[in-house]
Amino acid sequence: MANLTLIQAVNDGLRTAMEADSTVYVFGEDVGPKGGVFLATENLTRDFGANRCFDTPLSEDGIIGTAIGMAMNGLRPVAEIQFQDFIFPAFDQIVSEAAKLRYRSGGQYTAPMVIRTPYGGGIRGGLYHSQSGEAYFCHTPGLKVVIPSTAHDAKGLLLASIADPDPVLFLEPKALYRSVKGEVPEGHYTVDLSTLRNVREGEHVTVLCYGAMVPVCEKAAARAAENGIECHIVDLRTLLPLDEEGVLEAAKKTGRVVVVHEAPRFCGMGGEISALIAENCIEYMEAPIIRVTGFDTPFPNTLEHHYLPDERRVLDAIERSAAY
Amino acid sequence: MPSAQPLARLERSNETMPDSLTTPEHIASTWLDASPRDARDADWLRSLMSDLILLQVVDERMLKLQRSGRIGFVGSMRGLEGMLVGAGRAIPQSDWLWSGLREGGAALIRGLPLSEYIAQMYCNSFDTAKGRQMCNHFQHAGTHYPSWSSVIGTQIPHGVGAAFASKQKGDGAVHTIFFGDGATSSNGFHSGLNMAAVWKAPCVFVCVDNGWAISVSSRDQTASKGYAVKAKAYGMPGVEVDGNDVVATHDALVSLIERARAGEGPALLVLKTYRLMGHSSSDDPTKYRDQREVDEWLAKDPVPRFEQRLVADGVIDAAFLERTFTEHRATVDAEIHVQEAADAMPLRSLVDDVYSGVPRHLRRQYNEFLRVSEKLGEARRGDGAFPL
Ligand SMILES: Cc1ncc(C[n+]2csc(CCOP(=O)(O)OP(=O)(O)O)c2C)c(N)n1
Ligand SMILES: [Mg+2]
Repeated sequence: MANLTLIQAVNDGLRTAMEADSTVYVFGEDVGPKGGVFLATENLTRDFGANRCFDTPLSEDGIIGTAIGMAMNGLRPVAEIQFQDFIFPAFDQIVSEAAKLRYRSGGQYTAPMVIRTPYGGGIRGGLYHSQSGEAYFCHTPGLKVVIPSTAHDAKGLLLASIADPDPVLFLEPKALYRSVKGEVPEGHYTVDLSTLRNVREGEHVTVLCYGAMVPVCEKAAARAAENGIECHIVDLRTLLPLDEEGVLEAAKKTGRVVVVHEAPRFCGMGGEISALIAENCIEYMEAPIIRVTGFDTPFPNTLEHHYLPDERRVLDAIERSAAY
Repeated sequence: MPSAQPLARLERSNETMPDSLTTPEHIASTWLDASPRDARDADWLRSLMSDLILLQVVDERMLKLQRSGRIGFVGSMRGLEGMLVGAGRAIPQSDWLWSGLREGGAALIRGLPLSEYIAQMYCNSFDTAKGRQMCNHFQHAGTHYPSWSSVIGTQIPHGVGAAFASKQKGDGAVHTIFFGDGATSSNGFHSGLNMAAVWKAPCVFVCVDNGWAISVSSRDQTASKGYAVKAKAYGMPGVEVDGNDVVATHDALVSLIERARAGEGPALLVLKTYRLMGHSSSDDPTKYRDQREVDEWLAKDPVPRFEQRLVADGVIDAAFLERTFTEHRATVDAEIHVQEAADAMPLRSLVDDVYSGVPRHLRRQYNEFLRVSEKLGEARRGDGAFPL
């Protein structure tokens, strides 16, 4: 066991995968000698050589397009997109190609690959270094979408993603890169995709969240507890395919649900989860489902702390749900 | 549109391909190192020197503000002042400037007011973009200068489309489109150059080859020998000029802009220069580049190089330099004091400018946000709820 930050756990995960499997290749913009703009790939070129971890020209479309070809021909590419905001030049390759290859070839060709990318706000990055674009990708059958919120899960989910036979978009909450620290087992282990994590047990209000919103919800729950409201917090961890049974079970447990994400509200995960609950267990609900989300606007710059749901906004929703 | 021309009647550039491929011969890659050097008006040369010093002062002050936590981020212009001043002086205000991260200096020389430049760095309520963009994302509608998004290469086809529109409207404007060596790998570079040449759009592409795209050397960005050669494949001339030579940059750009204005189509100008600092204030370049390379380029630093030439030619003296530095520092510092005092953006700016009006769903989201903000005591005057 080592006590690692979330980003160190990502680095450890990459290292572990590269040691275990010589077909794992890591590449992207500035991932080589610089070690990535957030240092997720620090020293991988030094330790595995410039053949296994290397810089590419500045072309996201090229990075993902070539990753697909590598995957089709026996390699396990782990491509980095420097910021999730810059993934859109590769949207076509992800949505039209990687996600549909297995289906359109009747299973003859597949693209087992991982796209790692930091997402979300909290670094004063303005509208092009802060976005949470998970919903675009969750609307893409054939793709898996994973978001860790702890160091342990970052490594375990990353190793599971690399081993997965299908393309995985691995979104890393950059706000937690260095603020979250935890025990991480040495060597190879995996955390199953599509299984949620119970963060906190409680009987009054269920809070469903993921990524950088998990610690925010934990703080809100601690304050709610001071007033006698015990929250049941669930970290979804894999958004696609979603652990639907787990979500329904958590919703039924309290009959009161708050869903929290920093992405815009409209057509976001909150809407999907609300519909899932409404369709399957509305008779258990004691209160309307409440969403706490970013605004349906581009991501602001100086006002980002107002855009991002914070513990006080989540607490307000928890209290309203409990009081209903 | 006055003289709209249907697409079908656009001249096909491949009819003139052989001519358009020959590099305009009078473009010199250097002025500083030419012998004999053609004489220039002394006042003009002094004004260039003054502009170079202004950019140095602005950069130095911005880095200082960043280090002291007053502003968030700086994409330094150190090492690039020569091409920035040359370009700023070459592009008329009635033309258009399309830029990447580092061309704010050119815009400043060309007419972006210093107050707006600094307000943008502060992202405050004096900023014409309402503090919405990160630092180093300037704009100035008055001199036809839209801001850059952050997404590398996307401005290239925008400039081409706007040049197409200028041609259709017959407004006579030429569009100068800047981007870095890294951006030549983007989709926008290919579609932009290709379509501009097919349409013979009145634009000039300027690739600022400053040696690095963050940590990727410009030698590793392409297998081509340099960047100018890429132009040939698109059917336009490509010229490489010393970007650390303010006069050579200026002259090359003037000549290509006038060529485009005369209807001879687009061209690619490659400015060889060097990013002396890290990519941004958050980058540590010692991790990936050799100090010897930096030292080689320091010896070619465009500001001392020009300064030494002018001193040797008796155009300026030490007193001129001292006076100019002092004057620019005073101007910049006075402006910083004004901007320090500006208000932050009001909360309501969270939801405006998303659409032409604030739609009902955003009014509702904002009012709901305000309910909590009022409870928390954060709402201020001017933050008032929208009528639904
Ligand atoms: C599409 C896209 N991918 C990645 C980035 C991250 N990024 C910002 S600047 C930069 C390098 C740009 O290099 P260059 O075009 O040479 O311009 P320079 O910074 O040298 O002026 C990168 C990779 C981005 N902004 N947009
Ligand atoms: Mg560059």
